[in-house]
Amino acid sequence: MFDFLDMNELLGAFWVTVKLTVYSALGSLIWGTMLAGMRVGPIPLMRGFGTVYVNVVRNIPLTVIIVFTSLGLYSTLGIALGGDTIPVINFRLAVLGLIAYTSAFVCEALRSGINTVPVGQAEAARALGLSFTQVLRLIVLPQAFRSVVNPMANVLIALTKNTTVASAIGVAEAAYLMKGLIEEYAALLLIAGVFALGFICLTLPTGLILGWVSKKVAVKR
Amino acid sequence: MTSVLYDAQGPSAKRRNLLYTALFLAASAVVVWWVYDGLNSKGQLDWVKWEPFFTSSQPYVTYIWPGLQNTLTAAALALVIALPLGAFFGIARLSDHWWVRGIAGTVVEFFRAIPVLILMLFANQAYSDFTDIDSDMRPLYAVVTGLVLYNASVLAEIVRAGIQSLPTGQTDAAKAIGMRKGQTMRYVLLPQSVTAMLPAIVSQLVVIVKDTALGGAMLTFSELLASVRPMSANYGANNIASFTVVALIFIALNFALTSFASWLERKLRRGKKSTGAVVHAGPGGGLETIGPPTIHTDDGQSG
Repeated sequence: MFDFLDMNELLGAFWVTVKLTVYSALGSLIWGTMLAGMRVGPIPLMRGFGTVYVNVVRNIPLTVIIVFTSLGLYSTLGIALGGDTIPVINFRLAVLGLIAYTSAFVCEALRSGINTVPVGQAEAARALGLSFTQVLRLIVLPQAFRSVVNPMANVLIALTKNTTVASAIGVAEAAYLMKGLIEEYAALLLIAGVFALGFICLTLPTGLILGWVSKKVAVKR
Repeated sequence: MTSVLYDAQGPSAKRRNLLYTALFLAASAVVVWWVYDGLNSKGQLDWVKWEPFFTSSQPYVTYIWPGLQNTLTAAALALVIALPLGAFFGIARLSDHWWVRGIAGTVVEFFRAIPVLILMLFANQAYSDFTDIDSDMRPLYAVVTGLVLYNASVLAEIVRAGIQSLPTGQTDAAKAIGMRKGQTMRYVLLPQSVTAMLPAIVSQLVVIVKDTALGGAMLTFSELLASVRPMSANYGANNIASFTVVALIFIALNFALTSFASWLERKLRRGKKSTGAVVHAGPGGGLETIGPPTIHTDDGQSG
């Protein structure tokens, strides 16, 4: 009944999913924060760039971005991101695509967090003579980060689920394994159940733990 | 333009900002040059590769329009089916009976936790194993099923939040004039909350349109993204040009929807007839950052 279940294969595939999630989450947190900084900053050109980036990237399907990294960047332009075997190259390209896409959402979440900081905080900081960078780094962003733990958790959960799109360019993660298994074995419900459970195990704790964290760190006002 | 985050600029700040602008421009120029050089050296900028999109209607008629039609069909079907289903589960989650709440809650949380792609793969195989749907139509069925299962659960949350955004006085008043629970929901709560939900529903449509592309990449569903391969093959491996055109169409379509949603939200906030509550809108007060208003459905960035 469970003859499709090769534990090593299954855990391996989910491990790739986890790795994709973690690398993309770190990357998009950094790039997303930079974008948010640009969007609220005093330099019109950077503000424009941030706005255009977010609005363009949010409206392209992630699948188009990921397939483009493979067909456009790698096949056509030969960009391999320093990888030498096809699995490594595809993995890195998928991470690049996921970062490019997810940072738009990180930026928007952070910007809505900046909106929750009371005006008086920034005004007081400016009255003390702090520069824009100091206001953002010392006063506004620390409070903004603490108020966006919940939205960020939603971005992270969506990212975890979005890593399945990487199977479109052959990254051997969970959805890729599932596609192979359901074509090979006649135990559709069981296989789908196992993978559904796997994703619930990944996403549900993320939501619960970060929900608890968001209550702990929220700035009480 | 000024913001609360920084002071009106004096001469030295203006000079400094000019310097940063110049540096940013220089960095952008380097990136643009690098991209241009990469494209040019692989011959992707040759006029031959772009010409079909400017001089003839053939790529649009043969590849793009059928693909776009399939994308729109799948998205429309998914929304039309998911909306009543979502409303049903959203209302069920507000039931007075704990077991109805429990079942509806479990179903909604289950389908929200699973990637759409997994649902689509499952539906595709299930239709092939257990039904005799024509194999030409199967990808469309599978894509719509996957989208419905996922988006119905997201819409259920939107409906629930919409109903909860109404003042409790509405329910009390309905009770006071002797309405039953079903009547309260039908005549009082739902009609009012629909306005609050509209922007969130429209922006969910963007997610649905984007997710149809999964069917093109994984299920041989011939939607817009899937038209890139035959197009690129037909016009001399113009991968970049084909991708650019398809991406631009997706951006235009979804940008129109996003703009419509935020226009709707602004209109509803000003409107006198609504309660002024809008589901999942950004919080008011505090620092207002510059930029168009954004709408956040809770995890509306799938696929």
